[in-house]
Amino acid sequence: MSRIGWIRLAVIAAAVGLIEVACRASLVDHRVLIPPSEMADALVRLLISGQANDQIARTFAIVAAAALISVAAGFALGAAIHALPRLRQALDPLFASYYAVPIFIFYPVMIAIFGLSVVPILLMGVATAVVAMILATLTGLDRIPRVLAKVARVHRMGRLATALKINLPAAAPHLFTGVKLAVSYAFIAVIASEFILAPAGLGRIIADAYSDFDNRRMYALMLLLIIVATAVNLALHAVDRRWAERRGILKP
Amino acid sequence: MTAHRRTTDTLIIVAVILVAWQAVHQAVGGTALPAPLPTLAYLAKFLPTARFAANAWATLVCFFYALILAYALGLAIGIWMGTNALSGAVGEPILISLYTLPKVTLYPVVLLIFGLSISGRVTFGAMHGVLPVALLTMNAIRNIPTVYLKSARALQLTRSQTIFTVLLPATLPEVVSGLRIGFSLTLLGVLLAEMFAAKQGLGFLIINAMQLLQGEEMMTVAVVLFVFAAAANALLLAIDHRLHRRV
Repeated sequence: MSRIGWIRLAVIAAAVGLIEVACRASLVDHRVLIPPSEMADALVRLLISGQANDQIARTFAIVAAAALISVAAGFALGAAIHALPRLRQALDPLFASYYAVPIFIFYPVMIAIFGLSVVPILLMGVATAVVAMILATLTGLDRIPRVLAKVARVHRMGRLATALKINLPAAAPHLFTGVKLAVSYAFIAVIASEFILAPAGLGRIIADAYSDFDNRRMYALMLLLIIVATAVNLALHAVDRRWAERRGILKP
Repeated sequence: MTAHRRTTDTLIIVAVILVAWQAVHQAVGGTALPAPLPTLAYLAKFLPTARFAANAWATLVCFFYALILAYALGLAIGIWMGTNALSGAVGEPILISLYTLPKVTLYPVVLLIFGLSISGRVTFGAMHGVLPVALLTMNAIRNIPTVYLKSARALQLTRSQTIFTVLLPATLPEVVSGLRIGFSLTLLGVLLAEMFAAKQGLGFLIINAMQLLQGEEMMTVAVVLFVFAAAANALLLAIDHRLHRRV
């Protein structure tokens, strides 16, 4: 690991250590914050006991489903919109302000329509993630170098062959950025929905643990969520970076 | 001409949304989703009431404080990490990780620290807005072409002259982009906080209306927030574009 990496690790370790010491020395009320070591201990026990496994699996399944739907639908819609310039122009104001509007305010509306079930949560996940994928697809298709289209013509490639062998690989790095964003947006939207109001799921049991003053359980589940979210994002970021470097978008 | 066409396009989008709304209303029935017209009628009746004013004011005050906090902290962190190469290299991935974290899970911690008070909602809103402001400010400072700094030195500008005539104009467009994103996310944070645990504010009104099966009120508040956010963003986007074009 590089020097910078070590310093970063030291900074994080120092921050965690500081919280640990502050909690152990009773500088911080244990009703507010528990020592990180105790959070980890509670998490390991919780996972071994298997009490929360159903809820955890449920949430991650919804996130995965929302991300998959968003990526597939976002790519299809993005490709379609790219092929219709006039439609794209008309949709431009919508895209420009989509993420500026807190679409989360429509979650209660979704509940009123579909009832308190998995459907509104999935829909919020897709609604949040799909536009990022559409925008990434548009960017990817825009940035295909003209020379590649000429190469395809020189080789007398058909429409399908051009799309699969030229356009798709050329747009791939941008598409992957879309995938990365879609996954992390789906994650945020699903957890937030569950947190506000849901029949079950990880967000719901964190909110429940908070209402029950069960700090050990609450912090254990939060820790789990932070670990998983960070791990997924780091993995996607690493792949994204490598791809961008290979394509020369980003210097290594 | 293009401005004219843009307005037309926006109107078409609004029309399509209204038609879709009406169609969903026909499909699911009036109790789940009221039609656009009754909602607008309710909106006209509801906006002048004291109840709306009190809740809108609560949200606005909260949002205002959160925004000031997010901007001040975000700019301070961004300037520090942009000017200090080491802290920037060390801190950037940490900030990006925090940015992609579902911060809503941390709201109970904020609540445990501050209780069910306005401070908690302000803190939570600021938590959302501070990261994009910091990240974009840092990048703006890092991306200043070195030739600008060299010309400032060649012209023997003083420190304050360098800051005000070179550094500030060079970084302003990107910093404003950060402030714009920070604006939207801070609003989202404040609304999420109100939806989860509050007894006032527009976020609370929406959840409350849903639980009382008052579809018109729920949609009215959603429409008000939607219009507010879209209008504010359009304004900030216009400033943003103007600054980017100037450079």
